[in-house]
Amino acid sequence: MLTLTCPCCGVIAEETEFAPGGEAHLKRFGPGSSDDEFEGYLFARKNPKGVHFERWRHAYGCGKWFLAARDTNTLEVFATYKAQTTEPPADVIAKIKAKRPDWEGYK
Amino acid sequence: MSEAVSALSGQTHEGFVTVSEAGLVGMISIRSDLEAKGLAKALKAERLPVPGPRRIETANGRSIAWMSPDELLLICAHDEAPALTDRLAKALAGDHALVVNVSDARAMFTIRGDKADQVVMKLSPADIATLPEGEIRRSRTAQVAAAFWRSGESEISLISFRSVAGYVMGLLEVSAREGSDLF
Repeated sequence: MLTLTCPCCGVIAEETEFAPGGEAHLKRFGPGSSDDEFEGYLFARKNPKGVHFERWRHAYGCGKWFLAARDTNTLEVFATYKAQTTEPPADVIAKIKAKRPDWEGYK
Repeated sequence: MSEAVSALSGQTHEGFVTVSEAGLVGMISIRSDLEAKGLAKALKAERLPVPGPRRIETANGRSIAWMSPDELLLICAHDEAPALTDRLAKALAGDHALVVNVSDARAMFTIRGDKADQVVMKLSPADIATLPEGEIRRSRTAQVAAAFWRSGESEISLISFRSVAGYVMGLLEVSAREGSDLF
């Protein structure tokens, strides 16, 4: 079972209280972008076995979106953090590196 | 003015604890920056505090609960709600805030008895055993959203949407049936 801590209200809850929102830190390509960029934005998603960054919404709780760094293989959650970030914060990266020294890094 | 009727008119069921619909309750939803000075001032004028994260404070017969980083729920007497909403809306008129009387959109339930915890435990994934006094937990009961808190000694109050009040009453009634207590 996946247990997440909502960074907006501090509640520790299990998966069914949250709604998943797919991959985090996507950059939007809208009007003016090339077809390839737009296709990538719409369809290309990472599907790693290991460290992954995701969007979640505390649907049955405070209703806020937040981001989570977790391992898709072990369900270990490294950190949850505010949605208002365009890339993983340094402290989250440091936490992951401490636990997964051979992780190739974000991107 | 039409006669106000609560969702289930105070329906009560006896099991290993008593579950009842709490009847008419006033609820006012306040959305605002919770750190705003205007909000603290407007609530202070009504002799109410701004609760901290996840807290529910009771003062002068009213309760005020922290629902999310930008939302509070004020629980008061049903007949008091419209006037109170107006006063708060007027006091917050200059702020980026919203005050709405949601009394008739909600239902409230009371679970009373020594094993009240167990009724909610069976229905919600939240950790009820460690839920401290004075904390409101928004979670779900079976398939619908609910918020609950310890409203007194061996008593839990639970709020749901009015549209699902019948469903929630059914859940509580089954969960509280005699002989189905967990420990």
